[in-house]
Amino acid sequence: MTKIDPVLYPLGEDGLLVEFAPALSMQANAAAIACRDAVSALGLDGVVEVGSTLKSTFMRFDPVVLSHGRAEAALRDVLGQEDWSAVEVPVARAWRLPSCFDADFAPQLEEFAGLAGRSAGDLVDELAATPLRVLALGFAPGMPYLGMLPEHWNVPRQSALTPRVPVGAITAAVRQIVLFAVPSATGWRQIGQAAWRGFDPYAVSPHLTAGDVLRFDPVSADAFADHLKSGGRLIAERHL
Amino acid sequence: MSRIEVLSAGPSVTLQDSGRTGLSAFGLSAGGAMDPAALAEAKALLGASFDGCAIEMGQMGGRFRADTDIVIALTGAAMKAQVDGATLAWGQTHLWPAGAVLEIGATTVGAYGYLAVAGVWDLPERYGAKSTHIQAGIGAPVAAGDALDVTPSKAEVGLGLPEWRAPIDEVRVLPSVQTNWFGESGRAWLEQTRFTKTARASRMGAALSFDGAGVESDHGLSVTSEIVSLGDIQITGDGTPYVLMREAQTTGGYPRIATVISADLPAFAQLPAGAQVRFRFVTLDEALAARADMTDLAKRLRGMVRPVVRAPETIHDLLSYTLVSGVVSATDPEGWE
Repeated sequence: MTKIDPVLYPLGEDGLLVEFAPALSMQANAAAIACRDAVSALGLDGVVEVGSTLKSTFMRFDPVVLSHGRAEAALRDVLGQEDWSAVEVPVARAWRLPSCFDADFAPQLEEFAGLAGRSAGDLVDELAATPLRVLALGFAPGMPYLGMLPEHWNVPRQSALTPRVPVGAITAAVRQIVLFAVPSATGWRQIGQAAWRGFDPYAVSPHLTAGDVLRFDPVSADAFADHLKSGGRLIAERHL
Repeated sequence: MSRIEVLSAGPSVTLQDSGRTGLSAFGLSAGGAMDPAALAEAKALLGASFDGCAIEMGQMGGRFRADTDIVIALTGAAMKAQVDGATLAWGQTHLWPAGAVLEIGATTVGAYGYLAVAGVWDLPERYGAKSTHIQAGIGAPVAAGDALDVTPSKAEVGLGLPEWRAPIDEVRVLPSVQTNWFGESGRAWLEQTRFTKTARASRMGAALSFDGAGVESDHGLSVTSEIVSLGDIQITGDGTPYVLMREAQTTGGYPRIATVISADLPAFAQLPAGAQVRFRFVTLDEALAARADMTDLAKRLRGMVRPVVRAPETIHDLLSYTLVSGVVSATDPEGWE
């Protein structure tokens, strides 16, 4: 197990950042999410946001209400209460999305399978059987980075960009999945598509939070179209 | 209800309030007005009739027509403005009569002008604000053919604000999480280089150009994405410094050499392309003091608001004027003392 050694930084004039590791690891990510929850639970006056990124927890606050000194003391207090090298992510919510891996929906699945040294069918089975953690959101609102898949999924991004992947594109690289919330160019290879409407500008649909768990449920093209037609929303899972 | 018809609009015309906070972990940056001080000006001029939201116009305005009388305030960067051919002074409140075409042209100074109205915009709040966030797809730029609804309210016509701020040539910064990656020499480079704001500037960010050698981080380009702060100066792959503005992405993989303090960001946003700027590191205390000065800006500006046309019946504090000496003109716009 890697020893996690948190480092605290000021984040501009109204924030603090705790970095759990210089690069992403599942343990640093778990620590970032658990620390986020612990700091949120303090309910400090003046706090504007507590969130996590791939490897850090951050807190933004109104420095008039909560001084940097008091904010830092509160954060150090939280950091001292846990063994961050062993902490686990409390699974708050689990979701699934009907997804299609037919050729029309997975233009680079065969290419990716070749690079991973597995058959396309095996990869889809493996993906469907693996509930993935939302490591962080970014790039576009509500857009998740999901991980981590086994080592044979450690395929680098392609050097040339795919000009456009659609909303719901399931793309893979470096043992992670990025699920596109907006249409975009990308260096990640598209291996499937989820029946998901992506970011909801009307703020009505439920959305993902770092620490949530998401599973891609392989379905036929017809079932894919039906779920999109019915709103293309995340489906809450009863059982993990 | 009044309906404002958009007859034409420049490429960067959007409805903006103070934006959204607390959603960066969700991937949604703050957005909101590029120049929050211009919203404070509108608040000072329109008082309680300002609902906090205004039409922001980047470099070019548009032509508008309303179906009822509306009181407007023109704030932020001065732009050429006319109602049915009569020139309107910037930084003042005016009556915009029903059916008259309000024509707002290019900025004469600065980058972002604001058209505020006395009344409430009939817009839904999404994620807690009315602001359009182009990058996120919340709303869309104001364009020809749009109809914008407002419930108008009363406000005083003929009020004005003096020129209260000068363009800046020095911008204060704090260290960012990654400033140390650039070493002492990187810090010195940032303070000693004269930068030019380029035309590659938008609500997302502004690229800077400079002469001479650039700067490199000792961590290279491949870093794990980390949360960004509004005003971060990132050094992109080709060495270009890029100041992250209101619609920037919430995380970024490029190293960031410093963060512009919040009090200086509005004035930086107002610098036109070609303006020169220097950066200076300050202490957290200085940044916080400047931030505190900005928080009660609307109140301070309110104290600077004056009637601009001195017709006797519009002078509220008539008795305080020394009428016998004959210095008060009933018609001349008075200079600002």
